[in-house]
Parts: sequence; C-alpha cells; structure tokens
Amino acid sequence: MNLPSVQEIIDDIEFLDDWESRYQYIIDLGKQLPEMPEADRLPELKVKGCQSDVWLITQTEGDTLHFRVYSDAMIVKGLLALVMAAYNHKTAAEITAFDIEGFFQAIDLEKHLSPTRGNGLKAIVAKIQTTAAHAL
Amino acid sequence: MSFDIAAIRAQFPILSRQVHGKPLVYLDNAATTQKPQAVIDALVRFYSECNSNVHRGAHYLSDEATRRYEHARDVVANFLNANRREEVIWTSGTTEGINIVAKGMAERLQANDEVLVTELEHHANLVTWQQACKKAGATLKVAPILNNGALDQAAFAALLSSQTAFVAMPHVSNALGTVNPVQALTRTVREKSPRALVLVDGAQGVAHGDVNVQSIDCDFYAFSGHKLFGPTGVGALWGRYSVLEDWPVWLTGGEMIASVSYQDATWGALPNRLEAGTPNIAGAVGMAAAIEWFSALPLVEVKQHEAQLIERAVALGEEFDGLTLVGNAPEKIGVYSFNLNGIHPADVGFILDRQGIAIRTGDHCAQPLMKRLGVPGTARASFSIYNTIDEVEQLFIGLRKAKEMLS
Repeated sequence: MNLPSVQEIIDDIEFLDDWESRYQYIIDLGKQLPEMPEADRLPELKVKGCQSDVWLITQTEGDTLHFRVYSDAMIVKGLLALVMAAYNHKTAAEITAFDIEGFFQAIDLEKHLSPTRGNGLKAIVAKIQTTAAHAL
Repeated sequence: MSFDIAAIRAQFPILSRQVHGKPLVYLDNAATTQKPQAVIDALVRFYSECNSNVHRGAHYLSDEATRRYEHARDVVANFLNANRREEVIWTSGTTEGINIVAKGMAERLQANDEVLVTELEHHANLVTWQQACKKAGATLKVAPILNNGALDQAAFAALLSSQTAFVAMPHVSNALGTVNPVQALTRTVREKSPRALVLVDGAQGVAHGDVNVQSIDCDFYAFSGHKLFGPTGVGALWGRYSVLEDWPVWLTGGEMIASVSYQDATWGALPNRLEAGTPNIAGAVGMAAAIEWFSALPLVEVKQHEAQLIERAVALGEEFDGLTLVGNAPEKIGVYSFNLNGIHPADVGFILDRQGIAIRTGDHCAQPLMKRLGVPGTARASFSIYNTIDEVEQLFIGLRKAKEMLS
C-alpha cells in the first residue's frame, strides 16, 4: 500500500479549493486501500456504525502495528485511508504520540466530512489508540 | 385558511439558514420535524412567565403552570378524539409509551399467548414486544409484508387466533412510508381475536393528518411531540380508559400515589398513576402549541400538498437512471426511500449533505425490515408540510451530482 504521508495529504488537500475535488481526492485515497476479502470480514472484527459498517484487523509485529480496514461505502473508505496514513505500520509509541485531531483539523475534516456521524471512523480511531496503548 | 406554503415556511426560522454555504433543504422529517415560531414562543413564554412545578404548589405560579399543563392534556385528548382527558398519559416519546404498554403486558402474558407485530416495525415497536414475550414465555408472531412494502393483510388475518393476546402495528412505516389501514386491521383483530389488545405506533402517523382513536378502535396509540412540530423529550400515550384504569404501574414515586406509609403505598387515579415524578411541563405545553398550530392548517390541502411531494419524487425517480425505489405500497406518505445502484447509501448522504440537503441513510432503526427487503440500508428523504416541489427537484439535482462523483 503506497498511501501518501500525512504531510503530503495535508498539502494536497490544501491545494484543492472546492469541496468536490477534496471529496474526490479522499475517495481516490480509499481506492488505494487493499481489498479485504469477504471471508476476512468476521462479525467480531466489525465496528458498527448506523450508516455503514467498517472492519478493522490488527496484526502486531515486534513494536510495529499493521492494520487492515474495510468499508463498503466509498467515502468512509477514503476516511479510513486517512486514518491508515496516520497509523499504519507505525510503532505503538508513534501511534499514541500522533495528534489525530490536529491532522483532521488541518485538512478541515471536522467541518467537511462530519466524522462524528455514525460512520465508524471515530470508533476505529479509538480502537487503534487503545490497541496501541496496550502494546506500549 | 388556505394553504400558503411561503407563509408556512416563514414560520419556521431554521428553514432560512444555510448549510455548507447552501440553502438548507431539510428532508429528514421522519427523524424529527422543525419547529414553528409558535412552538418556540410557547416554550419561552412558559419559562419566562410561569415556570413552576405542577399539582403541588400552594401559590399562584404553580396554579398557572398546572392550568397550562392540564390544558395541554385537553389539547392532546381533542386532537386524538379521546373519550376522556384521563386517557392521555404524558411520556418522553413514542418509545416510552410503547414500553409502558409492553412492560404491563409482560406481566399479563401467559405462556400460550401470542403477540403479533408486523415486518414493518422499527425497533421501538419490535424489541419491546420481543422482550415482553421472552419474559413471559409467550410467542412473537410477525405479519409479513408484500414485496412493495405493503402489509400482507391476508397473512396478517391468518396469524390472528384466540391465542393472540396483543397486536402492535405502525400507523405509518418510518422506513418506507407505507400507510397501514389501521382501522380495518383493528376490525379484523376484533373479529378473530376478541380478547386481544391493539396498539398503534403513531410515531410517523400523527404528523400527516387526522388521527381518531375512536374510529380506529385501538386500545393504545403512542406518539412523540418532536415529529409533530413540537419539542423533543415529550410525547403521549393514549389508552382506552377501561384498559388503562388498572394498567400495571411502570414507574413509582411522587405524583402517582394515593397514600404512602413506610411499608406500603396505594396508587392514585388516572392519569397520575402512570405519571410518576415531575413531568416535562414545558414540553407538554410546547407540544400542545404544536398541535394547536398544526390543527389550524387546512387538512385537506395539507394532505394534497404532501401527496404532490411524494408523486413528484416518484416521477423524478422513475426518470433517474440507476435509482431503485424501496417500498412502493399503494398507500404511502411522507417517505421516499431509495438506493442508487452500486452506491452505498452513506455515500449518497455525504454528497447530498455537502449540497445542503439533509436526508437519513442507513437501516432506519429497522434492521429486520432491511434484511427482509434484501438491502443493507437505504437513503431516505422524508417530507413535511413545509417542503416544496422545488426542494424535491433539488434532491434529484443533488443525486445527479452524487452519482457522477461516486460511479
């Protein structure tokens, strides 16, 4: 998976001046996430949102945490890609130190994509942070 | 009074605001309706002029608050054409109303009894009955729908028997807009299951027209104030006096007792026996203001207007390539549920929101119904009396954009 870095995303989004191109950018990021086969989408790995379901699979390798995520909604998948850009293949210490709220604010996500709405994004972030805190 | 849409819209301050820099197109009325100035003023007036506790103060303000609060009960009773004002129990909303009935039934159901609900149920009128049946060891039966989202009335009738102790059904489906013929269905219940009690879940029914509990002939009718242009956190349960009179007490405390000793208590008379504690006084007053406001509108024209909104949506949907209507029962009001083929409803909601258009997406708190229809969820536009044909057209312009971006 070759997602851009957090800083690259912030720069890219800043460069885009209307909501449509920002959404399109986030949708395209989501398309870069690897597919999660249906067989891997186990009910116990599902993070329930009222509007769409998301899945999170965690794998630990030494200090490093690897994640796989899935949503069948394109924009949610794009939002998950943002979370992956921030957290995937990072150490537990890096994850707990990262200011995700600051990242969301820098790309104006709170205002434009209302991540608080039952789309599972907040729940995924909380789950990753908890996993990382336990791994410290 | 004639029906003047511009004059009606002008009474709803929120409708003139913008969202994401675009004029708000509010099409989430099945979730909650907006409030006219008359309701907002009633709440402000109550708190500014006569806030006080009811039924117990030895002073002027308490008397005045009690008068306004009890007047509100009269307004609800008249609105539903109740026989007696004591038949109206204040609740926090539809869910609480149904819970009062379901918890009471849980005490009365026998192991061989059956409770009948429909496949249209939202969770408030399903989980309540499923849990009551579990507690009592009774059986829950579910009357099926046809593929168009209308209730299968023959199957409904076939599921009724002398074992049926209770029937719960929605007046209008929140997810599909299907209007149930509640009067005819209740008549069928009376014929086939004379001992059964009937509850109509009026959450989506009240805001679309004339509810007459006597002509429906049900035993309970539950609804919320906030879906009827009133405040949130208040609703009413209407119950037939002879049924409510000895209904199991669900909440104990102040207000609902006749006498209390340290070891025992006796219950007061209706309506107080089912209303423990300080009620939502301002909410009740606000809800009555909403009912008075709504009742002053010309109902025939209101209904015509709402029918036109749905008709326009259906017509535009038919022309829209790749749109699947979910639920096209012949009798349908207020709700236009759909999917864009191959596109997740949550994505549709995101793109519409960005254009100032508010809809709901997801399972609509009716997961079994979504499963029955074979969809993970839908996008739902729901209309109220203040929506315009232009807003329906805006929805479809928004949908074209969504399709373009998401395909």
